[in-house]
Amino acid sequence: MTPAAAARMRLAGMIRKESLQILRDPSSIAIAFVMPLVLLLLFGYGVSLDARHIPLAMVVEQPDANSASLIGAFQRSNYFVPQTYGNIHAAQQALDLREVYGIVWLRNDFTARLLSRGGAPIGVIVNGVDANQARITEGYIQGVWQVWLESYAHSRGVELAQPVVLEPRIWFNAAVRSRDFLVPGLIAVIMTLIGAMLTSMVVAREWERGTMEALMVTPIRIGELMVGKLAPYFILGMGGMLLSVAMALWLFDVPLRGSFWALTAASALFMMVALGMGLLISVVARNQFVAGQISILVTFLPAFILSGFIFQISSMPVVIQMVTHIIPARYFVAILQTLFLAGDIWPIVLANSAALAVMMVLFLGLARRKTYKRLDA
Amino acid sequence: MAAAALVFEGVSKAFNAVGQTSKALQSVDISIQAGKVTGLIGPDGAGKTTLMRLAVGLLLPDAGTIHALGIDVVEKPLEVQSSVGYMPQRFGLYEDLSVQENLDLYADLQGVARSERSARYQELMHMTGLAPFTGRLASRLSGGMKQKLGLACTLVRPPRLLLLDEPTVGVDPVSRRELWSIVYRQVRQQGMSVLLSTAYLDEAERCDEVILMHAGRPLGQGRPASFSAPMRGRTFHVSAQGLGKRSLQSRLSLVPGIIDAIIEGEQVRIVTATTGLPDLSAIATGTGILHTQPAEPLFEDAFIARLKHEPGAGYEPLTAEQLPAVPVAAADDIVIEVHALQRRFGDFYAVKGVSFNVRQGEVFGLLGANGAGKSTTFRMLCGLLPVSAGEVQVAGLDLRRAAASARARLGYMAQRFSLYADLTVLQNLRFFSSAYGLDRAHSKQRIAWALEAFELENYANASSRDLPLGFKQRLAMAAALLHEPDILFLDEPTSGVDPLARREFWQRINALAESGVTVLVTTHFMDEANYCDRLVIMAEGEVLAEGTPADMKARFRSDSHPDPTMEDAFIGLIEAHEAGREAVA
Repeated sequence: MTPAAAARMRLAGMIRKESLQILRDPSSIAIAFVMPLVLLLLFGYGVSLDARHIPLAMVVEQPDANSASLIGAFQRSNYFVPQTYGNIHAAQQALDLREVYGIVWLRNDFTARLLSRGGAPIGVIVNGVDANQARITEGYIQGVWQVWLESYAHSRGVELAQPVVLEPRIWFNAAVRSRDFLVPGLIAVIMTLIGAMLTSMVVAREWERGTMEALMVTPIRIGELMVGKLAPYFILGMGGMLLSVAMALWLFDVPLRGSFWALTAASALFMMVALGMGLLISVVARNQFVAGQISILVTFLPAFILSGFIFQISSMPVVIQMVTHIIPARYFVAILQTLFLAGDIWPIVLANSAALAVMMVLFLGLARRKTYKRLDA
Repeated sequence: MAAAALVFEGVSKAFNAVGQTSKALQSVDISIQAGKVTGLIGPDGAGKTTLMRLAVGLLLPDAGTIHALGIDVVEKPLEVQSSVGYMPQRFGLYEDLSVQENLDLYADLQGVARSERSARYQELMHMTGLAPFTGRLASRLSGGMKQKLGLACTLVRPPRLLLLDEPTVGVDPVSRRELWSIVYRQVRQQGMSVLLSTAYLDEAERCDEVILMHAGRPLGQGRPASFSAPMRGRTFHVSAQGLGKRSLQSRLSLVPGIIDAIIEGEQVRIVTATTGLPDLSAIATGTGILHTQPAEPLFEDAFIARLKHEPGAGYEPLTAEQLPAVPVAAADDIVIEVHALQRRFGDFYAVKGVSFNVRQGEVFGLLGANGAGKSTTFRMLCGLLPVSAGEVQVAGLDLRRAAASARARLGYMAQRFSLYADLTVLQNLRFFSSAYGLDRAHSKQRIAWALEAFELENYANASSRDLPLGFKQRLAMAAALLHEPDILFLDEPTSGVDPLARREFWQRINALAESGVTVLVTTHFMDEANYCDRLVIMAEGEVLAEGTPADMKARFRSDSHPDPTMEDAFIGLIEAHEAGREAVA
């Protein structure tokens, strides 16, 4: 047999063995397919960063046609559920009891001040415990007010008191649905899980069960050992990715504005980075518990928190922003959110892919150099 | 003579643990002959596994050179790995793959051409008796079958040099015999060279050549007979009328000039320091007539004799003060009664209808291979596992319902010793004494006793994780005896412990039994059955035989086999059992 044929045979044997193990081990199937399902359902349906149906107190001290019209505007908005109170004290009490999230206060001189240049005729109080929610609520109140004011002015044929009118246009996610950027970002988390955690744990399992020692004294080369491990998990990870994409498109109606092939190529690149991290972890972790802990700490949690998937990177402290540059998921989340919501914006996709490619070479190269066919290394 | 198959020249290897270096091998020079079976024999920690791993390039030596089949292992590990077969101690079978799939994997890795496979598979499956099970998952195989499959995987492409690291540990005697015959067939048919390490001393005599290892150095190399021959005239069987075998043994072991005294059947077998019997008059006085007759020297005698010369071998006969003494309640009562005991797991019967009685002060053995149902029986006796059917009474109580105070009469030493590895020896003892509810003064006194009686003083503040296995065993036993129980349960207490530590262990057990403690012990070491007063032999959850060791052996005495060993008796019983089952089927 030629050396090349022997090498092919060894590699095929490894891949077959690894695939059989995946098929027979319910826990790898669970991590690859059940976990994405659970995470996607949780984030798709459960977690939402949108403000919707916010209970709002409307204090109307002197009801008239104008105030009724404004309440109507709030009622028509999807964002608010207004409740009318006769005086500010009752509304404040409701705010204290968390029955309402904010107060819009129309004083008795509301109509009189509406057309004067004297400044805001309404008062707004927002519960600021959750700063994020408060800002969103404030913005939405502003928006409803602005629109109402404009139509009011228009109907009267009067010029508006405010000189500049803000007209917001939200691009890429016109409906401002948080699901539309959470679900694509989640794909990065899921692939990290399959690539790094699953891979490092299966290698650790070989150490634990003593199969690694037997494997090492066979003529297999390190490169073949690594490719034999990578190939089946690469396919498994891409399977998890396809499942996630399918759910995103058809279950959650997330648009895919970029090309599917660009998405697949970028995912394949990120998968290799995740597998590289998994192999690198397995260099140090020789039991499954340690491997699991390390991969959660250095890959899964950073992918969750520091990738820009939930928390905007640009609003993080500068030091943390710098740290995010070493998190591979950051680049992939940027690619995913661009491809799904904006389209094939090549400068972004290519720049982030280049970063991923560098990381892939780094991790796989390090793993290759640090893996020896020896026990004392 | 053919060129040596494996040569070590000045090889040293040390391991760095936290803050300390341990020298696993110290300038080892050995040469292993081609076409022979060489046994690597030595106690735990002698460096056997390190030597094997160095030979296949899994470890790098700190100094020296290693040539396997003429190839430098350090320079060309891959080349060595392509022509050497190595079976690690825990051969890594993929348990979620079937027998056939495991074979296929190793055939692929070893580059066995597809055209040659079916013939080779057939041969291997026939040889190992695994042919009917090729579709079965490896996890569903018995311990012996797994080991045979491991060997088959190692042999799938016949290597020129075969290295086997303790292939027979924990394997039942029938499978052990089969493993040996497979190895010898390879040597005969393929001219293979074999290096095999073992902790079973009786296996040394099956090797063509033996290397004796101790503390990282070879103590000698030669044919097994060349070790035992100088022992001729130094081994005797002694028995005395009117003196129990245990008392006789403990007295003999204190006589100057006697380096080893072990119980064998109803007699005591002794090894002397020089040729001829020493003066035994001190023992004979006041007892009765002492019978002595020369015995055939064994490899084990030579092993013990050599190690005794080694400083720090840690084997000294225990003095009377060191032996644990527990107050005697002399009576010949039955303390453990087991009747038609059953244990079901789903529709699998782990124990099916086991009955026996144990009397006070008796050492009672449960002998059987892995998976015979010993541990399950044991756990039911201790009340750790509910009984599916049948009755168990220990000291007149059903332990499942008995109060904690009743349990205080029991000592239990679990398999693998269940110590807290992160605690020191002293902390472990303190914990167990508080777990048994000993008061402060009593606890202090018992811990002092344990440290002294088990020679643990020097290790009192050492972490239990780092103790040598023999010392872990001592500590586990000390912990089980802290509350002075009068019934002691020992589950596989000597598994993995080297022969010297095993001897010492049995000496302590003897002393306990002498003082009236009832000892129930499980073991898969056939020779240990000789230490028991009575025993049952178990297989597949059933009791095959009950009686004294002498009874058991006597059943299989024949003209062709005038002096059967416990192992012969065991294999005979298993074969009869299987024949009976086939007859029924």
